[in-house]
Amino acid sequence: MIDFLNAIVALSNFVLVPAVTYGSQLALGALGVTLIYGILRFSNFAHGDTMAFGTMVTILVTWGLQAGGVSFGPLPTALLALPFGIMACMALVLVTDRLVYRFYRDQKAKPVIFVIVSIGVMFIMNGLVRFIIGPGDQRFADGERFIISARDFKEMTGLREGLALKTTQGITVVTAVIVVALLFWFLNRTRTGKSMRAYSDNEDLALLSGINPDRVVMVTWLIVAALATVAGALYGLDKSFKPFTYFQLLLPVFAAAIVGGLGSPLGAIAGGYVIAFSEVMITYAWKKVLTYLTPEALEPDGLVQLLSTNYKFAVSFVILLIVLLFRPTGLFRGKAV
Amino acid sequence: MSESVKNTGLFALVALLIVGTGFVQSWNTALLILNMGLISAIMSLGLNLQWGFAGLFNVGVMGFVALGGLAAVLVSMPPVPEAWAAGGINVLAGLLLGAAVIVAAGLAYNRMAAGRLRVLVMLVILVGGFFAYRGVFDLGVEAVEDVNPAATGYLGGLGLPVLMAWPVGGLLAAGAAWIIGKAALGLRSDYLAIATLGIAEIILAVLKNEDWLARGVKNVNGLPRPVPYEVDLQNDPGFVDRVTGLGFDPVTASSLSVKLGYAALFAVVLIVILLLAQLALNSPWGRMMRAIRDNETAARAMGKDVTRRHLQVFILGSAVCGIAGAMMTTLDGQFIPTSYQPLRFTFLIWVMVIVGGSGNNFGAVLGGFLIWFLWVQVEPMGLWVLQTVTAPLSEGSALKEHLLESAAHMRLLTMGVILLLVLRFSPRGLIPGR
Repeated sequence: MIDFLNAIVALSNFVLVPAVTYGSQLALGALGVTLIYGILRFSNFAHGDTMAFGTMVTILVTWGLQAGGVSFGPLPTALLALPFGIMACMALVLVTDRLVYRFYRDQKAKPVIFVIVSIGVMFIMNGLVRFIIGPGDQRFADGERFIISARDFKEMTGLREGLALKTTQGITVVTAVIVVALLFWFLNRTRTGKSMRAYSDNEDLALLSGINPDRVVMVTWLIVAALATVAGALYGLDKSFKPFTYFQLLLPVFAAAIVGGLGSPLGAIAGGYVIAFSEVMITYAWKKVLTYLTPEALEPDGLVQLLSTNYKFAVSFVILLIVLLFRPTGLFRGKAV
Repeated sequence: MSESVKNTGLFALVALLIVGTGFVQSWNTALLILNMGLISAIMSLGLNLQWGFAGLFNVGVMGFVALGGLAAVLVSMPPVPEAWAAGGINVLAGLLLGAAVIVAAGLAYNRMAAGRLRVLVMLVILVGGFFAYRGVFDLGVEAVEDVNPAATGYLGGLGLPVLMAWPVGGLLAAGAAWIIGKAALGLRSDYLAIATLGIAEIILAVLKNEDWLARGVKNVNGLPRPVPYEVDLQNDPGFVDRVTGLGFDPVTASSLSVKLGYAALFAVVLIVILLLAQLALNSPWGRMMRAIRDNETAARAMGKDVTRRHLQVFILGSAVCGIAGAMMTTLDGQFIPTSYQPLRFTFLIWVMVIVGGSGNNFGAVLGGFLIWFLWVQVEPMGLWVLQTVTAPLSEGSALKEHLLESAAHMRLLTMGVILLLVLRFSPRGLIPGR
């Protein structure tokens, strides 16, 4: 019985908690991708770098606050800086839309042209971030490190395995829940949110009923900027910030959005967790958990790791392919442009 | 101004830029730009086959280029007999077993009636096969990687002349493209883009982690060269006499002539591929490809097998990228998996094709040279601009130092601006296709 509890705790510590955290970060990123796809109707390759830009501003403001002696008690100072990051990111995407995307929208360009344009935007944002903060690794988490540390947990319960809960993990999940709740309230309950959904479902009909397309597009970009910055800042707090890593996040984020069904917000969230759980579970060495569960004679010799952690991209990708081959519109019926 | 005059002018301009580099900076730099420009032109020809001819949105160029590089290692490096003796059999058997498992699962899927039983059988085959494969394969890998890990720790190559690696690189990339194309080509354009992006990352992950194959992140150095070494030329009295007779310093002359040797080899490959691509574009096959690109439904209604044609052109384009990848690794003389980055090897090639003119082979070649020139030269230019801008700032000020340090990142910014400007004001590129 104790062994079983130990196994559960080890599983939570190494698989469940990290996967839920990572999944929440992916879900927020995927929500941004899916909103752009649903309303602006293209796959935004610059999304990873949008996340990086918002996070970068957050980090810079955090440093400023820290230098000014401002702190947020046990919570990371970055949470105080987050609104500034969001506002800067909103300004950036609105300027980008005005200077770049609007021209092609007026021309009614094909979606693939938008994708190529977004590659150009990606180059610029990537260069901008590297230019301002440099390509190196930045850590900016401060405050308490743990909600419960592994040692405290062991003392409290007397189990052999510890369950550590980092502050950043707690903050990620709480923030993600708040943000998602706000987003769904906005999309389902407010007038603007409803007009966005109408525009996404049927552009012509929405225009006929007097919805202002410029306003819908602007609000979408504002929401996307907020989501991207929150997702990026949470990921950076939990792990660390590096421009190249954020560019690479594009792949799992897109995988999450597509697995859930592009254009479906609910799907994006589900997709985020599906991708995160499969990545963590397939690259986790199961030896520890299995040792508790199996009788001594059957104990595994190896690490019982299905794939080395370096192949985590492969996992998200294989899931993506399987979903695309067997259910091309995703788990929750997405839309096709 | 007629079209051909304009196009010749554009090519002359690029030539002038490179020759100008020779006069202003050094001939060494100019030849470096020329050599990588030739390779970039081949890569962008490959992508132009896929995007310009057929409208396939491939953002996995990096993966095929890296496979070409792998071919250079596998063909030209000497084999490591101890490693083969220690675990070669197990590695090969493991790979064969893995392939057999996949084939068996595929057979089960195709031959059995749909239902619970089929799912169960496939699961048993895949899960059981996976563990059997890992059992056989891991033993071999461990044994191979234990053989003198500091110097080898891999199976080595075939020890053949490195020029043979170029076609082999093409074949390797074509093989990978066949598998990928079978799985992903039915997808819509943005799905295909994400799929190819992911596949390129997976190819890179394999190259970085499978040390038995090409030493992973430990890199492979000292690949054989198709041209003589500088030192040998300097020790060759005949060569020294000849160049001093012409009034050159032997050291400079040897490095220049080695680079010229590479340039000649690359130019031959570029001309052959350009010629073939041009013939293909103007053949009935090329007309069919363009018809498919412009209206898939109509082409299908005319009885064209769109899926097969897409697969065909995807394989061809990827093979060209693979050849270019093998050539690049030959030029570098080393294979460094960590140096492959999507911005440099996928998206930069995209900028080349779009700026040059998608659908036009000469445009792709022009874009390859021009964008590569800018990619190299934007850094010194950016540094110069920043130095001028920051000149009034006091020496040692933090802002000035930061700005000068960041000059290297100007190139990404510049490439983005160029791409957006071309898309906006000349969406069909410098030399538009038909």
